[in-house]
Amino acid sequence: MIGTQFARRKTQWLFAGVTMALVALALLAPLPVTGAAPQERHITISAHTFAFEPGTVRVNRGDTVVINLESADVMHGLYLDGYEISTRAEPGQPGELRFVADRDGAFHFRCAVPCGNLHPFMIGKLIVEPNLPWLRAVAATLIAAVGAGAVFWK
Amino acid sequence: MHYAISEIPVIKRFLKSRWLQWGITVVTLAVFLVVILTGLFGTPAGNHNFGIVYVWLVWWALLKLIFVPFLGRFWCSVCPIPAPGDWLQRRAMITPRRGGKLYTLATKLFRKPGSFGARPWPKFLRNIWAQNLGFLAVALFSALILTSPLVTALTLLVFILVSLLVSLFYERRAFCRYLCPIGGFVGVYSQIAPVAVRVKDPAVCESHTEKTCYTGSDAGYGCPYFNLPQRLQANTLCSMCGECLRTCPKDNVAFYVRVPGADLLNTRGRRMDEAFNGLMMLGAAFIYSVVLIGPDGGLKATARAVGTPGWFVYVAALLSFSLLVVPGLFWLCVRLSQVLAGRPRPDMVDIAAAVRKRDSLFAGYATVLVPLGLAIWVAFTLSFTMTNLSYAWPALSDPFGWGWNLFGTAGMAWTPYLSGVIPYLQVPVLLVGLIVAVALAMRTAHQHQQPSRAALPVSAFCALAVVGLLTLYMA
Ligand code: SF4
Ligand SMILES: [Cu+2]
Repeated sequence: MIGTQFARRKTQWLFAGVTMALVALALLAPLPVTGAAPQERHITISAHTFAFEPGTVRVNRGDTVVINLESADVMHGLYLDGYEISTRAEPGQPGELRFVADRDGAFHFRCAVPCGNLHPFMIGKLIVEPNLPWLRAVAATLIAAVGAGAVFWK
Repeated sequence: MHYAISEIPVIKRFLKSRWLQWGITVVTLAVFLVVILTGLFGTPAGNHNFGIVYVWLVWWALLKLIFVPFLGRFWCSVCPIPAPGDWLQRRAMITPRRGGKLYTLATKLFRKPGSFGARPWPKFLRNIWAQNLGFLAVALFSALILTSPLVTALTLLVFILVSLLVSLFYERRAFCRYLCPIGGFVGVYSQIAPVAVRVKDPAVCESHTEKTCYTGSDAGYGCPYFNLPQRLQANTLCSMCGECLRTCPKDNVAFYVRVPGADLLNTRGRRMDEAFNGLMMLGAAFIYSVVLIGPDGGLKATARAVGTPGWFVYVAALLSFSLLVVPGLFWLCVRLSQVLAGRPRPDMVDIAAAVRKRDSLFAGYATVLVPLGLAIWVAFTLSFTMTNLSYAWPALSDPFGWGWNLFGTAGMAWTPYLSGVIPYLQVPVLLVGLIVAVALAMRTAHQHQQPSRAALPVSAFCALAVVGLLTLYMA
């Protein structure tokens, strides 16, 4: 009885260790994924209270991105999470943002100039493909769920 | 595994002293007053208004990221909303009157000759259903409340007035325990916290018939949350105010540091109102993530345009998602678990019967929603509070947005904190929440005499929720 319990404990720890290792692997393992050849991309984003148009922008890793921010009403800004750069635009006075998309994943961009009540939620999304962080997170989630199930299976 | 931290003399003195809690409450009440004043008279621009910034960014971040996960319902013990009612009812600010006596109008007005005590709280409201409905009611207006200082102030005024009114007629913190929409989910999620107030030796309580911890004594008030300490099984209804530490003459109550989530280990005899709180909160987190954090500006404007046809569609969507879709999916998973277990219990087919049934499998499995839901709420909270927290500096110096500069911080620019790191915080939090949830699903199955495979549907439900949320934020 105590012997089998002890054996079960051991398998549990084993499963837990394997799960943790696999989760870490899914999240961190370097992957030799090469996307499309880098190019220069010109994207016009129009800002109006309280949205960016288009709200979702997709580029490839390595692309040189030139964002032309236009405002349709009042002064707006565009702050890009993760890249920590920003620009602003007024009607008739567009702003420009130029950067190399060297980090993959999804990055929110948000209005950087208070423009009214919903300003804090004026948010868009830049997706730098291949979107490995999301795929890694999903893989880690599935591994964690299966692993936790295995550890506590009786 | 737990450790009675209150056995350390200095800490015990600290916890038993009334001054600490009273002092913090006075501060939160002062902040509350400023929130009301700036809401009523300050700038309508939320980012520059103390009320919005300090309630929906600073307080919300503190509550979701620190208080609830680490200190349980601690916030409730220093919350400004019940404070005026408490003081009125106690006819005391700090030191209690003799015997911890409470005074309500009901004692005077409605007392039948010969009987004493206040009106008892109505039986049908002795649960958290009113809190669940209250949360949803607030959620319908949340896009407006979150962004309008005036509406925030009015909402909080309603809270404090209702609380005051309730305490005029009903003893103790009936509002907090049975009505407050925040108290509901704070209570449910506080089961995760690594701290707890519990009795040391139940046998000592058995032999102590006066139960001064419930009735109150010269040393303190009877439990404001109507708990009998010896019966406490979970943090859900305990604000950790420490009254029982003060009133127990046998020194039989302690403040424990313990394994996080220990309250969830018993999945039997779980309550349906708390289960529903978890489901509803999960639904709301998804709706908020789509509407507030998503890229669709029209959706946000619609959610804020209270009273318009579009808003009614939003209301219908929010209510049906939180009250029907999420609970329905979860119910299907529980049903499936019985099919997998091989001997479906016919009583579970009937929802009404399930609600009546004390030891419901549905409510047992719903314990998984506590770690899962809290992780999802933490992820959601991280996504909008950190980027906007820096508004706290100017709002401190210029609370009304009138151009003041009280502390010289009025000019501080908006700087998003941790903008590149947030996803790296969200993912581990969600993973931990999911792992605990799956472990609890397994435990629920075993404690309800089901084989392990019966836990698969609910586990899949949890994994799906996390994948869904990750996709909303990261894809
Ligand atoms: S006063 Fe102390 S000993 Fe008496 S019932 Fe309450 S906790 Fe137990
Ligand atoms: Cu803007």
